[in-house]
Amino acid sequence: MLNTLKNRFEQGYRTCSYPKEKPAVFERYRGRPLIQKDVSQKIVEMCANACPQDAIDIGLKKIDMGRCVFCGTCERISKGAFVKFTGDFEISTSKKEHLLTDGDLPALAEHSKQHFKKLFGRSLQLRQVSAAGCNACEADLNVLATPFFDLARFGINFVASPRHADGIVVTGPVSRNMKTALLTTYEAIADPKVVIAVGSCALTGGPFLGSPEITEGLDTILPVDLFIPGCPPHPLTNLHALLTFFK
Amino acid sequence: MTTAFIEISNGEKLAREQIPHLVFDEFQKNAMEIVKEGGKVVQYFGYQDGSSIKLLAVLRTDKLFIAGCDAPDTYPCFSQTCEPFHMFEREIAEQFGIKPEGHPWLKMVRYHPNYREKMPDVFGNDYKEDIPGNYNYYQVKGDEIHEVAVGPVHAGVIEPGHFRFNCIGERVLHLEIQLGYQHRAVENLLYNVLAKRLPILAESIAGDTAIGHSLCMAQAVEALTKVKPDKGAQIIRSIALELERLANHIGDLGALSGDVAFLPPANYFGRMRGDFLNLSLLICGNRFGKGLVRPGGVRFSLSDDLRKTMDERLKELKPQVEHVLDLLFAASTVRARFEDCGIVSNNDAEHLGLVGPAGRASGISYDARRCFPTEHYGQIDIPENKKPSGDVYARARVRYDEVLQSIKIIQSLIDTPVETNIVEDVNYNLPSSSFVVTINEAWRGEVSHALLTDQNGKILRYKVKDPSFHNWNGLAMSLRDTGISDFPLNNKSFNLSYCGFDL
Repeated sequence: MLNTLKNRFEQGYRTCSYPKEKPAVFERYRGRPLIQKDVSQKIVEMCANACPQDAIDIGLKKIDMGRCVFCGTCERISKGAFVKFTGDFEISTSKKEHLLTDGDLPALAEHSKQHFKKLFGRSLQLRQVSAAGCNACEADLNVLATPFFDLARFGINFVASPRHADGIVVTGPVSRNMKTALLTTYEAIADPKVVIAVGSCALTGGPFLGSPEITEGLDTILPVDLFIPGCPPHPLTNLHALLTFFK
Repeated sequence: MTTAFIEISNGEKLAREQIPHLVFDEFQKNAMEIVKEGGKVVQYFGYQDGSSIKLLAVLRTDKLFIAGCDAPDTYPCFSQTCEPFHMFEREIAEQFGIKPEGHPWLKMVRYHPNYREKMPDVFGNDYKEDIPGNYNYYQVKGDEIHEVAVGPVHAGVIEPGHFRFNCIGERVLHLEIQLGYQHRAVENLLYNVLAKRLPILAESIAGDTAIGHSLCMAQAVEALTKVKPDKGAQIIRSIALELERLANHIGDLGALSGDVAFLPPANYFGRMRGDFLNLSLLICGNRFGKGLVRPGGVRFSLSDDLRKTMDERLKELKPQVEHVLDLLFAASTVRARFEDCGIVSNNDAEHLGLVGPAGRASGISYDARRCFPTEHYGQIDIPENKKPSGDVYARARVRYDEVLQSIKIIQSLIDTPVETNIVEDVNYNLPSSSFVVTINEAWRGEVSHALLTDQNGKILRYKVKDPSFHNWNGLAMSLRDTGISDFPLNNKSFNLSYCGFDL
């Protein structure tokens, strides 16, 4: 008993004050990409060719955060001349086309559906379906339940049954072998319901682009309300998206 | 021991013609001899070479051995007398339609059509159907026998898989685990995509083992292209692999604590796991170490400032970790639940070929860091860490030891300046007709990649093996004669990868 109390005092209070204050993320973190438009076509092409995810649109001089895995290759080879990854983790969008960006993202709060805020603003119960990713997105969703992020203090919880849920959070590129289970879970949720796609796999197929076994974008099979980019998205990216979109 | 197999080192490039090409009977006889005398299967896979299908096996004792042969269409199975081949034979049957006659449980591994044109499916499946659930499960019959089916969608933020329990009352007689739901055809992608995608794919085989898998990939490419990473890069890679081990082991101990309803350590470890993930972020900008390892070295240096920050964090975290470990392991209620729960005997573990902490908990001391060291591990003293009891307690205790060791290893590695030339350009010009196999001890155990190139230097076959490929049957075995309510606890004590298995 004494040991339990001693540990309790040592651990102290650990919950972050986000969204009131933004916690500092280590410097090397790669968040929202910022594009320098006044750069030569040659450099843009060099970045586009080096990009393992083919996420750079040469003509528009934009980067597709849905395909991007935030590896930072383009920033390194252009020495920041074309793309710079900022420390900004608030990068989610409500429309897929907003993911193709020059770094200037529309404010998520203004694009969220007002009836969602009314319905789910005080209590949001989510069912997570892991559909063939690498388990990193799942891991960084799971940490939202730890004391540092403490998602439950906002009235948002992950629940065990789709019957108890207001929506689903999907991770992974939806393999052929997982598609039926995902669609059945979706159908089991009562209307009106929310669909949230987390991670570049769920957004576009991510690292597995081109595989015949996967779906290239959850939005091709379900109506997606919220797109959270990253490989995986930082827990704060997830937290920002949920709070801004529903609160 | 005389054998027709030849010795090979971890990460050694061989010309394919150096690999003994045996007639099948001799291949089988020699392979079984090695394994029956305690050898283990590191890799055993098929590949298409021109119009023919060939098999290749890498086996280990205290050394590695390799040989290959032409694949027959059917053959008397190895598994009947030599269990460690069990999953590998099923995988070959699924991928290439080669039938092991008399296999004790010939069932698909992941549910996908085989890779050969016009080769009939061994399992008689119709892959036009999307659902991978129409197949027989092992059945127990009797008056009061009942089955419990769980998954693929589980009641938490967890990967998908199907568990089928055969029970009498609360007692589990048999558990069958059917995976494959996460199948993304990673191996096929690895030899079809442009080389620039290789590291991204390797990091996404199993995100919680991003460093383990990307090290195997990088070392394979380095061996083939004769590039040697500098000492600093090797140190940074070793630090990254230990950070990965730390974060996952700490998370597992927290989850185990939660599963026996002792919530303080569950919460403390849950939070501290994040602190260790953040140390990976400190080095490379990603909590899972993605983007760090590339063939030739690492993409991020470890400056003195970073070393200082890391050292400060570790000094702050270490006593907390020690105190919470003590809190968890000194609680009699926790001990009562952990001890004697889900025992896998040493004999069973040997037959199943368990690796990593799961193997060490059942008395198998194998640790690739010690037995086939890569990177900086040749200069690090790794203790044996084996435990005799094979229960949940042993699996937790192995993690306890390894957590403290990993902190010590990292602290000693960041004690002196680390200099490395960061990698900018990667050479992917692979030599023709070559072979390499790489092995690393990731947090779940032995990860291995094998790479074959064709006469033009194109990747002919890229074979990935996650330690979970060996260990899922260990979990099934641990549940035998155990209460079904102890499944979550045992599951956490193994904490295996679904996506690493499903590929």
